[in-house]
Amino acid sequence: MPILETRGLNKHFGGLHVTANINLALDEGEIHCLIGPNGAGKSTLFRLILGEHAPSSGSILYAGQDITALKSFERIRRGMSVKFQVPGIFKALSARQNLEIALQHHIEGGSLDAETDRLLAFLNLSEVATQLAGNLSHGQKQWLEIGMAISLKPKLLLLDEPTAGMSPAETFATGEIVQTLNASGVTILAVEHDMSFVRQVARRVTVLHLGRIFAQGTIEEIVADERVAAIYLGQGHA
Amino acid sequence: MTWHTRFIRLLEGPQTLGRGPVFWSAASLALLMAVIYPLIIDGYTVGNTVYFFTWTFMALGLCLIWGYGGTLSFGQTAFFGLSGYAYGVLTLNFGAAYGFTLVALLGSLVCAAILAAVLGYFLYFGRISGVFLGIVTLSVTLVFERFMAQTAGPEWQIGVARLNGYNGMGGMPPLTLPWFGGNIVLFPDVGLYYFVLALLVLTYLGLRILVNSKFGNVLVAIRENPERAEMLGYDVRKYQLVAFVIGAVLAGLSGTLYTAWGQYITPSSMSITAAALPIVWVAVGGRGDLTATLIGTLAVLAAFQALTIYGSQYALVVMGLLLVTTVLIAPEGLIVTFAKFAVRVRRGHKGSS
Repeated sequence: MPILETRGLNKHFGGLHVTANINLALDEGEIHCLIGPNGAGKSTLFRLILGEHAPSSGSILYAGQDITALKSFERIRRGMSVKFQVPGIFKALSARQNLEIALQHHIEGGSLDAETDRLLAFLNLSEVATQLAGNLSHGQKQWLEIGMAISLKPKLLLLDEPTAGMSPAETFATGEIVQTLNASGVTILAVEHDMSFVRQVARRVTVLHLGRIFAQGTIEEIVADERVAAIYLGQGHA
Repeated sequence: MTWHTRFIRLLEGPQTLGRGPVFWSAASLALLMAVIYPLIIDGYTVGNTVYFFTWTFMALGLCLIWGYGGTLSFGQTAFFGLSGYAYGVLTLNFGAAYGFTLVALLGSLVCAAILAAVLGYFLYFGRISGVFLGIVTLSVTLVFERFMAQTAGPEWQIGVARLNGYNGMGGMPPLTLPWFGGNIVLFPDVGLYYFVLALLVLTYLGLRILVNSKFGNVLVAIRENPERAEMLGYDVRKYQLVAFVIGAVLAGLSGTLYTAWGQYITPSSMSITAAALPIVWVAVGGRGDLTATLIGTLAVLAAFQALTIYGSQYALVVMGLLLVTTVLIAPEGLIVTFAKFAVRVRRGHKGSS
């Protein structure tokens, strides 16, 4: 049984079809990357999965149950988690408080401190724990939000361009984190532009184009697909 | 962690300025002075100080909703007025014997809580936010004011309590405490002073604990980034609604205490001027911190009263200027800005030595 499945997912804003008939199934334990040119509908699909937009038609199943009508926070409580493209952090709070707020949902009292310390160390943020999150470097903000996302102990982690604005070394390190998480049993769906990252982590790749699933397969198959290369070069309408 | 250290941590947690022995010594000294104050000052001044104190609850409530929760309610006076009138209606009908005024006080707060729960439900669960929340809440208080203003006729009475239109409702009894050998009547001098001071201390400490609790952490997280808070599994609407109801109850407490203080409540307490003033108090002191709000509110109230000697319109213009100046120069509030500056100077001093 797939952990996440979309069935005939449509979203249109007025006459504009942003996603059309998306059937996507994610197997438990896989790392799946969504790629596609700008405007392909990747972000909209993410928002549909997270419940930030309601689909015009179609349904979303999580672990076999229909979650189409659930609110975002209810989906999160079932085991989803997300890292946004622009770091979604609480700028006026310290790095430590950011993590505490993410952790306090399911951890009590003294072990909250211990778990926060452990996570800060894991993210290389111990030194800046008391600094306001808004004053951290871009990379540190990204790490902090990844920490918040994984502190929920998700079964399914959605990553929206996790390496945006990162150096190649940071991108590679992020890829290693993603693989470590995946090895511990977390299923990952990532929107990503950086093909080196996709190559590093993805087992399966779905290409979105003009709101539809354009191609699907292993990274080798996608890279070898001339039609995919064509849409990235802007010749996809033919 | 023992309950003792946990309690201290809640009292001086990350969401409140002011911690350590220096702060608490100063706070204790201020409280001690406040306790001695009515013993050395004349009755009129004490009664006037109670008048200042009565407004602080509404300010602290707005601080919670706006400063901590990030949603600006422009209509806290609706709850102020509702509770004031409710206290009047209840006590005029049922009298003041056997400490009933305290029951009426509680009843008036329940009224505010119910209105806030219903209004807040539509606001927050309807995802109305930003300036629209301010517009809707302001409309509510203005509609309420207009409605009460046209209740002059004899048909507008609840039991024996006449609503009296724009002239307002008067003649309700002051608060009384049931005591052995007869009630203690809290006239607006020393008696009411200690009662309100005790309520203020409890409210202030209670709110400090609330905003530093898990609830407060999430509330501030919602202010900072509601999408992220929701995506951590929190039902943002519930947190905002709870804060709104608490803030409304505090506004209601102000209304009831004010009514009991002056034995008088009028629709103008819900007017646009009345609705705007709490925003000035909270913004000038610093909406992001309870202590700053409390000090700022008392300072602005005292200044406002001193200015009204030269004419109330003139004083209002100064209040407007004060608000604009604060927003432009120190958007976090004068006291918060000053406190942060002081901390920086001290740190810099330590660093260089």
